[in-house]
Amino acid sequence: MAKLIKSLVFVLALVPLVLLVLRILRNDLGPDPAEELAIETGEWSIRFLILTLALTPLRRISKQVEFARQRRMLGLFTLFYASVHFMVWLSFLLGFRWFDIVEEIIQRPYITIGFSAYLILLALGITSPKAMVRKLGKNWKRLHQLIYVASVLAVIHLLWILRLDIGPAVFYGALVAILLGYRFFYFLKARNSLHRHS
Amino acid sequence: MLIKKPADIKSSEITPERVYRNRREFMADGTRLMLGAAAAGVLPSIANAQNGDSLKARAPAAMSRSAPAPWWQEKFADIKPAPDSEPFYTGETLTPFEDVTKYNNFYEFGMDKSDPSANSGEFKADPWSVEITGEVAKPGSYHLEDILKPHALEERIYRLRCVEAWSMVIPWIGFPLASLIKQFEPTSKAKYVEFETVVDADAMPGIRSRFAIVRWPYREGLRMDEAMNPLTFMAVGLYGNYIPPQNGAPMRLVVPWKYGFKSIKSIVKINFRETMPNTTWNDLQANEYGFFANVNPAVHHPRWRQDKERRLPQTLFSRQYTDTRLFNGYGDQVASMYEGMDLARNF
Repeated sequence: MAKLIKSLVFVLALVPLVLLVLRILRNDLGPDPAEELAIETGEWSIRFLILTLALTPLRRISKQVEFARQRRMLGLFTLFYASVHFMVWLSFLLGFRWFDIVEEIIQRPYITIGFSAYLILLALGITSPKAMVRKLGKNWKRLHQLIYVASVLAVIHLLWILRLDIGPAVFYGALVAILLGYRFFYFLKARNSLHRHS
Repeated sequence: MLIKKPADIKSSEITPERVYRNRREFMADGTRLMLGAAAAGVLPSIANAQNGDSLKARAPAAMSRSAPAPWWQEKFADIKPAPDSEPFYTGETLTPFEDVTKYNNFYEFGMDKSDPSANSGEFKADPWSVEITGEVAKPGSYHLEDILKPHALEERIYRLRCVEAWSMVIPWIGFPLASLIKQFEPTSKAKYVEFETVVDADAMPGIRSRFAIVRWPYREGLRMDEAMNPLTFMAVGLYGNYIPPQNGAPMRLVVPWKYGFKSIKSIVKINFRETMPNTTWNDLQANEYGFFANVNPAVHHPRWRQDKERRLPQTLFSRQYTDTRLFNGYGDQVASMYEGMDLARNF
């Protein structure tokens, strides 16, 4: 059963990629396909990031341990979509003009922030295998709490791209705020009950 | 990664063929349309058919604005075709009608590029009136028909460079802004011209958004010499026909040497004033969008590099970066207006 759920989640997580590839093949991305791909892959990165963040609260509320079991895979899918997003920007929008790339990352604040979020996701992805978890011990948890920072950076990155209407940033920002807020209150509650018992 | 085998013929070379075909189709449809109009008692001039042949670019038969008032049809019956040389013409490949009308920044209709064409179905561009105010001898509220009456329409093919680093080549129909300005006789105090876009919350879903960080109406402005420059154009059509809502129906500004956001759409107010007007983007982020907004490859926008541009339409695997030119290539006509000005500071 657990294996079946995992396979199902894996297949579902690939659906956005398949749909995008189909749109590329059908030439259905509009007159500026690079820009459209960047927007789509960026939005899917932030969606997967939020989905990953939602798993722990969902587990606690539903008491279904199955949620927690999907955490690593969805985290890696977040990194995957963010990598595609980064590559789309690098190849299709910047055309691998290496000199410009460094300049862009330094000079465009929204790119600096987006790139920082990506570096965090990359570090979390590299340290996600079980061997790394064992090796890092206590530090692993500390390191992986950086996902909170990455999610805030991702929302700022989006907010900075939007121009006249900040609707999407408000939407994803609110979701991130709820998920981080939940953890904060859980942390306070846990600390208080600890005090009472001691 | 999928790598498409390059075609024998470049896609950029195919487009004119399509435009050419569209012109043929339009002519055939034009004849049908004329027969229909004749039956309905409206008698369009024969010039319509001759016109179709001489204009440089014609839209596909399916028109974006259906059945406009007879005076519109009369107006469009006689259009002077674009010349064969710069600056009112460019031989660069036209951006197809489909892309010109489906890839738009018109935030009143929504944020995505596809929103304006998808969401503008309720928009009514006829009847339309424009308020003329400020330092002018003949202020008042004028019906568009009366504003257009003294002006002969002409075709112009201009490059359009968006601040977002993409660009198009568009065949507009319209008349010089200078002749409109002369029509209302501005006073000697008129140093700037200010424009306003319509605010129609019922027909424009973007206006109803709760997360818009802008105060409508959209505003733009030009210095008087910029407004009087022969390049500055008031467009009422594109690709030989009535301008669709998503492109700024019924009348919009076209300032080809400035970033696209200066070319304000669906104008309802023209105000002549002594002082520099506030403009929408400048009000929102003064460090990003200047009043002049002249296309300049040497002055980067905080969000977008400006030394290169993506000429649309693009395909994924044949990246076409064109070098952006100072004043979008219209320097001969406009550079003298900015002599002695620090363009990096007055961006």
